[in-house]
Amino acid sequence: MKNLKQSLAVALWFIFLTFPLMVVKVNTSDQVVQWRWMNILWVGVTFFVLSFIWRYALVRKEARQMAALSGQDEHEKPTKFQELLEDQSLRYRLMLGLLAFALVFPWVFDTYQSTIMVSALIYVVLGLGLNITVGLAGLLDLGYVAFFAVGAYAYALLNHHFGLGFWTCLPLGAALGGIFGVILGFPILRLRGDYLAIVTLGFGMIVKVVLENWSEFSFGPSGIANIDRPSLFGLDMDIAASTTYIYYIMIALVILTIIVTGRLKNSRIGRAWIALREDEIACVAMGIDMAKTKMSAYALGACWAGMVGVVFAAKTTFINPASFTFMESAIILSIVVLGGMGSILGVILGAMILILMPEYLRAFSEYRMIIFGAAMVVMMIFRPQGIISNIRQKYEFKGLKEKSENV
Amino acid sequence: MEYFIELFLSGLTRGSIYALIALGYTMVYGIIQLINFAHGEIYMIGAFVAYIVCGVLTIYGFHGVSILIIAGLLAIVYSCAYGYTLEKVAYRPLRGAPRLSPLISAIGMSIFLQNYVLLAQTPDFLPFPALIPDFAFMEPIAHIIGSAELVILVTTMVTMVMLTLLIKYTKIGKAMRATQQDMSMARLVGVNVDRVISTTFIIGSALAAIGGVLVASYIGQVNFYIGFLAGVKAFTAAVLGGIGSIPGAVIGGLVLGLTESFAAGYVSSDYEDVFAFGLLVLILIMRPAGILGKATKQKV
Repeated sequence: MKNLKQSLAVALWFIFLTFPLMVVKVNTSDQVVQWRWMNILWVGVTFFVLSFIWRYALVRKEARQMAALSGQDEHEKPTKFQELLEDQSLRYRLMLGLLAFALVFPWVFDTYQSTIMVSALIYVVLGLGLNITVGLAGLLDLGYVAFFAVGAYAYALLNHHFGLGFWTCLPLGAALGGIFGVILGFPILRLRGDYLAIVTLGFGMIVKVVLENWSEFSFGPSGIANIDRPSLFGLDMDIAASTTYIYYIMIALVILTIIVTGRLKNSRIGRAWIALREDEIACVAMGIDMAKTKMSAYALGACWAGMVGVVFAAKTTFINPASFTFMESAIILSIVVLGGMGSILGVILGAMILILMPEYLRAFSEYRMIIFGAAMVVMMIFRPQGIISNIRQKYEFKGLKEKSENV
Repeated sequence: MEYFIELFLSGLTRGSIYALIALGYTMVYGIIQLINFAHGEIYMIGAFVAYIVCGVLTIYGFHGVSILIIAGLLAIVYSCAYGYTLEKVAYRPLRGAPRLSPLISAIGMSIFLQNYVLLAQTPDFLPFPALIPDFAFMEPIAHIIGSAELVILVTTMVTMVMLTLLIKYTKIGKAMRATQQDMSMARLVGVNVDRVISTTFIIGSALAAIGGVLVASYIGQVNFYIGFLAGVKAFTAAVLGGIGSIPGAVIGGLVLGLTESFAAGYVSSDYEDVFAFGLLVLILIMRPAGILGKATKQKV
């Protein structure tokens, strides 16, 4: 009964809250007010139901936290799914299956599907790149799309002015992305998390403003068209063939990214990043060079964005500053956050869900961003570790434990 | 010289608006160390509610200043309600979570609110009526400073003085300062911390709404996206002045507004955002704590 009353109050509160925006719609030119009374009903019912779910979820979360505090540490224990992932032979078989599927994909489905898949794969690489900066090193970067723009413009301009090919530009784009990462990384080394977020956001906006206004350099808002598609030993390819080709390039890039980030994570520098994320002061006290570690996280993260930017320019053959807004950064960030910060598999899954779902559920594409936003909030509150949480490697010294118990 | 004064005054106007929004950021940051990314959206919602109320009232035959007052008051009420709900839904469950979590939640909320207004209303730019009348006594200097600018300047000054008085002399102000200094200690001596945080959000939202209505009627249009840039600029102002410090937010806002105005007037208006963020980066390199901020030592 108490719950019912509470939910009713919540529903009424939200009806009040959404009243002017959801119900009233003014058309000043025709001098008409449109009253959409039905929306009150929707809002009321939705929030009435939601408030029950919300309360239930909060109670469960608290129970979980209490359990974690009192030592029954269920939270940290790997779930069944994670145990399955740990199983080496199964993992290899799964990976082989996925790889086979990925390789035959363009032959089974049509060009349209491949195009969508290519953009999803682009976001996979972007997500994995940002995962280095945000997930591993814990540096919140809100202007990540700027590096993506650097790569795309590098290829477009070099191709336009000097006729440089795709394969020459791919490493160049990565290098330029990395250099920009260092340039940005340099002034913000001393900043803490929140300041960092705003400076990176500002950097992203500066890049966009410069691209929009410096017409002699970047051709302004109208962008650059007729960028060459990637070539394969000078073969002539129609659009379908070249889409397939780009698809395979992207598959190769994704595999490369997975291998590199996977190895990086367990390397000396990767461990330094994770240590930095967990506790900066303790990390520095342990003798880790903070400047070098932060800088490498930025540069490496930016590298991937630069590289994949080149592919993006080659895929769309047309770029303009409108493709590099803050919303793109936000989408990439939500891929990392929703997938699971620090977890490679999680980020891949996150990218696939976030990019492919709106493509296939066209009816929902309008609601895409609002769902992303809500999902970010809900995820942070109820499952901050993401869809697939990063499993921490633990080392147990069994002998030591027994000894200490004897004392 | 006249051009200089004109730019100076327009920079002052712009800066005082930034300061008004920056106060909301800095107060929230001072208490719970969170960048309330959705603060710009509260500002936008304030402007939007004012637009809707104005539209309805005009169509049903109201005139003149009464519209301004009703629309302004309703905008403040709704912004406060949104700010309060925002804190309760998106930030309160995350108290005590790692620093990154509430920040991402705030970004999510910002995206959510933007798209909520986009879907519930329209993606177009809507014409906002000029609510502020042209005063007769402003006639002789109208080419230097318009009536709307004067109203903005006066309103923001009055609001800031009131805020200072509130924080200095009232009970809730005292509780806010106590919470800012040490939250657990404040709780120990009987301050209702949850209520203080809610109040902070409400006050910040009210300031944002005032800013939103003033700017919307000055510029003459509203859109679901206006909050984002205003929010980013205002946060920049708060950081410039030293986040957490209330006079800092005002100074930061004015510095930012003047920089932008002079950069737009003497260099190029295309690049005013670049100057704003360039200034931010410069200040942060030289004085990471901002103009008025004290360098805090981190204790282990």
